Amino acid sequence: MTVTVNSVISPEAKNLLSQFAATGVQSSFHGRHINPQIMADLNGSNWRLKDYEARGGYAALRKILAQGDAKSPNDLQVVGMTPDQVIAEVKLGGLRGRGGAGFPTGLKWSFMPRQFPGQKYLVCNSDEGEPGTCKDRDIMQFNPHSVIEGMAIAAYAMGITVGYNYIHGEIFATYQRFEEALEEARAAGYISQEMGDKILGSNFSFQLHASHGFGAYICGEETALLESLEGKKGQPRFKPPFPASFGLYGKPTTINNTETFAAVPWLIRHGGQAYLECGKPNNGGTKIYSVSGDVEWPGNYEVPLGTPFAKLLELAGGVRGAAQGRTLKAVIPGGSSAPVLPAAIMMECTMDYDSIAKAGSMLGSGAVIVMDDTRCMVESLKRLSYFYMHESCGQCTPCREGTGWLWRMVDRIHTGKGKPTDLDLLNSVADNIQGRTICALGDAAAMPVRAMIKHFRHEFEAMISVATPQSAERLTT
Amino acid sequence: MSASQPMISEQAQSKFAREVAKYPADQKQSAVMACLTIVQEEQGYVSAASEKLVADYLGMAPIAVHEVTTFYNMYNQQPVGKYKLNVCTNLPCQLRDGAVALKHLEHKLGISMGETTPDGMFTLQQSECLGACADSPVMLVNDLTMCSFMSNEKLDQLIAGLQSAEANTQ
Repeated sequence: MTVTVNSVISPEAKNLLSQFAATGVQSSFHGRHINPQIMADLNGSNWRLKDYEARGGYAALRKILAQGDAKSPNDLQVVGMTPDQVIAEVKLGGLRGRGGAGFPTGLKWSFMPRQFPGQKYLVCNSDEGEPGTCKDRDIMQFNPHSVIEGMAIAAYAMGITVGYNYIHGEIFATYQRFEEALEEARAAGYISQEMGDKILGSNFSFQLHASHGFGAYICGEETALLESLEGKKGQPRFKPPFPASFGLYGKPTTINNTETFAAVPWLIRHGGQAYLECGKPNNGGTKIYSVSGDVEWPGNYEVPLGTPFAKLLELAGGVRGAAQGRTLKAVIPGGSSAPVLPAAIMMECTMDYDSIAKAGSMLGSGAVIVMDDTRCMVESLKRLSYFYMHESCGQCTPCREGTGWLWRMVDRIHTGKGKPTDLDLLNSVADNIQGRTICALGDAAAMPVRAMIKHFRHEFEAMISVATPQSAERLTT
Repeated sequence: MSASQPMISEQAQSKFAREVAKYPADQKQSAVMACLTIVQEEQGYVSAASEKLVADYLGMAPIAVHEVTTFYNMYNQQPVGKYKLNVCTNLPCQLRDGAVALKHLEHKLGISMGETTPDGMFTLQQSECLGACADSPVMLVNDLTMCSFMSNEKLDQLIAGLQSAEANTQ
């Protein structure tokens, strides 16, 4: 390559680029949330500490760290809360992990060996790369202090003094924003400047730093993320041992998703019972759904867990082009790794962990990918299979070899070269990946294949039965 | 740009120090991804010589640094154009013209994805999920600016604007 251009990017070019940057207006400031907690009152410019405090921010941290004489035993505002009380409150609230697994957060926190004498770590998983998901970006971009406060509360509850927020490299501007927010929080004394600095007059100290990825989907897997934080290739570790006993640098570590931490301040301020009542039993609080694909208004929608899918679809403006006759065909309800569900099943679901699981899929990260009646499922699966092949870390043979095999088969079906035996073979390869790898990426690659064939087998068969690539092409357009 | 002299500037070194300070004293390696990112920001890509410098700075084996450079997609292992354009074509973007945006740029710039224009201005790449699915079509420019709702018209405006900004600096 002959470089003839000046390598310095001019202010004019920088200014131009900034005009195309996301503003959050369409994705998060549309006013179509229902009882929002994390997204409440955000407008894009009120992300700074003083704005957060004006919204009641850091009141929860003050509440748990408060010291003084109690007028009554229940007067937590004065006596503060013990770590056990904080964990009990989170358990009562029914908060479940927002990153994908939906594991009860309070229970996870109780696994941390609080009395462990050495260093313990708290890690926030902001490596948001699950296709369809863009909520953590907006939380950190427009309400970063909610994550900082949530992490500080979690650290207090588990007796942890150091934390890291590992942020998706592709949203580097958001990483820079989060660094700025951290500086504000340090200056105000909500997190420690130096190791051991006490916070808000208590005996509790907590240092928090931002770290970033640089383009590896696998680092969203918690043990791969830990490897990456240690400065290595992001290849997942065998579990057990689990991070709670052997995590970052081999020390006890708790890892939660960004949205999970961001939910904690509201829960502590208003109490676990109030949080639980926002959602439904076993599914407390609100959830931010990233709705993408064939809807009028793609975006992040914060609604109570248990909101009917039909309502969420309505908030997003319904199926795009409904006036021209477009109808809902299918939905991937929890990020690309979640099994696809046909419209009829989806329209009966409520958006919570239990309802979606009962329907045969998973709520995952809450990324709702909507597909209309014109979409070719073979083509859709082909793109997803390419993704998993591309992102397999290469460590386990079934995933490394199997994801490529899956993609090649779906590709040949899509180009009219499929064989009648391919569907059984696809299922067989998927079966032989699922459950046979160190981490869940193998499962994530296999599940979409099985679900697409289960629900849309006729589309695959139609493409296999045509003889030539040309006729297959006609089917796809 | 002189690609053969990977000197690390004083400014970059102070950024290195800031990153290293985030981690325990015996875990300097944790800063490797940030240091490589700082190198790439300054030099446009990560050369073997830069990897060696980072390795020396952090007390790592050069091959351990190279493993990181090659594992993570966003590190440029060769020089790229002044503007690296990454267009997401993963499924949520595919449903909202992500692939259309990529094709449009291929046609407009006269290159295929993965290539750089002969004048060294633009490198075009297909990318996996950028985590901005609601804003599709999305394009990440130089690993930093996430451009949203990039219809063909907006892509034309952006390319023309960058070309004119370049002409104005000549």
